[in-house]
Amino acid sequence: MSNYEHLTKLDEDAAAVIARYPQSGSALLPLLHLVQSEEGFVSPAGIEYCADKLGLSTAEVSAVSTFYTMYKRRPVGDYHVGVCTNTLCAVMGGDAIFATLKDHLSVGNDETTEDGKLTLEHIECNAACDYAPVMMVNWEFMDDMNPDKAVGLVDELRAGKVVHSTRGPALCTFKQAERILAGFEDPREGAVAGGGAAGHATLAGLLVSQGRTPTGPAVTTEASE
Amino acid sequence: MAPELTPVLSRGWLDSEPWTLAGYQRRDGYTAVKQALRMHPDEVIQLVKDSGLRGRGGAGFPTGMKWGFIPQNDGKPHYLVVNADESEPGTCKDIPFMMADPHELVEGVIIACYAIRASHAFIYVRGEVLHVLRRLQAAVSEAYAAGYLGKGVFGTDFDLELTVHGGAGAYICGEETALLDSLEGKRGQPRLRPPFPAVAGLYASPTCVNNVESIGSVPAIVRNGVDWFKGMGSEKSPGFTLYSLSGHVKYPGQYEAPLGITLRELLDYAGGVRPGHRLKFWTPGGSSTPMFTEEQLDVPLDYEGVGAAGSMLGTKALQIFDETTCVVRAALRWTEFYAHESCGKCTPCREGTYWLVQILKRMEKGEGTEEDLGKLLDLCDNIVGKAFCALGDGAAAPIQSSLKYFRDEYLEHFERGGCPFDPSLSTAWADGPLSFARTSA
Repeated sequence: MSNYEHLTKLDEDAAAVIARYPQSGSALLPLLHLVQSEEGFVSPAGIEYCADKLGLSTAEVSAVSTFYTMYKRRPVGDYHVGVCTNTLCAVMGGDAIFATLKDHLSVGNDETTEDGKLTLEHIECNAACDYAPVMMVNWEFMDDMNPDKAVGLVDELRAGKVVHSTRGPALCTFKQAERILAGFEDPREGAVAGGGAAGHATLAGLLVSQGRTPTGPAVTTEASE
Repeated sequence: MAPELTPVLSRGWLDSEPWTLAGYQRRDGYTAVKQALRMHPDEVIQLVKDSGLRGRGGAGFPTGMKWGFIPQNDGKPHYLVVNADESEPGTCKDIPFMMADPHELVEGVIIACYAIRASHAFIYVRGEVLHVLRRLQAAVSEAYAAGYLGKGVFGTDFDLELTVHGGAGAYICGEETALLDSLEGKRGQPRLRPPFPAVAGLYASPTCVNNVESIGSVPAIVRNGVDWFKGMGSEKSPGFTLYSLSGHVKYPGQYEAPLGITLRELLDYAGGVRPGHRLKFWTPGGSSTPMFTEEQLDVPLDYEGVGAAGSMLGTKALQIFDETTCVVRAALRWTEFYAHESCGKCTPCREGTYWLVQILKRMEKGEGTEEDLGKLLDLCDNIVGKAFCALGDGAAAPIQSSLKYFRDEYLEHFERGGCPFDPSLSTAWADGPLSFARTSA
């Protein structure tokens, strides 16, 4: 009797993941993402599930799942809220944003709000330095942040409002994001096109080459509520 | 006179829906691969060798030579793995390229696989960029539907599978052998070389690992020719490349220019250091490349020029810090990053980065001594060149270089018993909400 009956609904998807690779071991990272798309983290049962699918020991799977920071050992909220505090973002205000959010949400690093909605974590460089300071929600870009915008963002998420990534579509939940990470296309109409081609910093050099002035980040004039 | 900007990879980013197949075809997309498929694979390798294209992921190794290392007629499957694990602090070029122009990468993949005779390629993307995965997945499925991937690519007898593979959060997987272990479903830890991936890479088969920008540059070279490519840049560092400016600069972003442009020239294009401030220190190619100051504003940003000035071109990630920034804080934060990302395989890196953090923390608080500076350098000496991969060397770079230029600033922390800087002055909003945005006419 397995401990992972709640995961057997993933069997067909797991088979599709394994079929992508010449050797089944390569399917382990996407399978762990697939488990998170159902559980919201990787439980001991999830580890067993992956081990059985790939003919590995649970020790082998545990060794991998604990190596990578995106696999979580405790349930993540609907929204994983990351604040970059690597040097450049920290200097540009990431430290202030992270301190503000810890205080506002009454949580520490890698902790989830009491309502189970948000998990706050400080993250490393996310390859968006030209939009610093940067936050990531469920691994979507939230560019050019400041403490006021950050508070507004988490309040909207907690209130259940639809929030768009600055360079992507409307944010989906953590579990839905994990399914895309497992290699399955976003089923939502228009998701691929969301956010357009590029943000202001991406386009800066191209605009200058055409004799135009870059736009810089959009400025919100209204005070945060 | 400053060289003109040369938008090649970025040329279509203002177009309508440039990430779609139709959008890419409007700018000559998939014409290069048709040319390449009419050539002998060895001729394609020779063309890339002749172009002088060098790897854009940091090391600058000649791309064509790497392709030429793949043994032929060996009876083994060959693999191409695109390193899209962009994680080096400051580096932010491959991510916007793949979001706006994923088909250009796919076209480069097809050409590279044809050349090295690989029938399965992988794009290993760091996991923390969901929208990049969406765009790549969509581009790959469009390419399959069009017959550009799969059985009989473009009606030839060449078969090619392309798999987009999301990582799971580990900087070390940007190191090519760690990436291969990770792609095999293991912990991402570097392998001892030799054997090199060209001989025993993915599944112990010949494997070529190339950076996104390197592969993405190939279609333009095939389309426009070697002479066109060599018409840009310098003799040993030919071509165009993406320079990424970030931090205390008026218009941060991607600036595509010939190799060898200087930071002074790039800053002119980018509106300069943020108004009212002056440059203090910068990295030429990410945090693992020793930092520079205003002394190096006129160093040609190519592989030779930056090397001769004591650093590395790396990923051309130009992180700009002005006079409000504490260099000890910057060095500590980078060191914490390396300690966090050390994979734990080699003792000097695993233990050394831990102790570097302890000492730097003490220093930032003003509780260190001058003797600690010697200890820091001694620890760096015990890490550099003594681990399997370059992560340890990278960890030492910010410390060694900041001590070289700013030893007095470290001492000032001890003398004052604390940090002399106000971090609020460095923030993006320090000079008011418009300090970075839309201030020029």
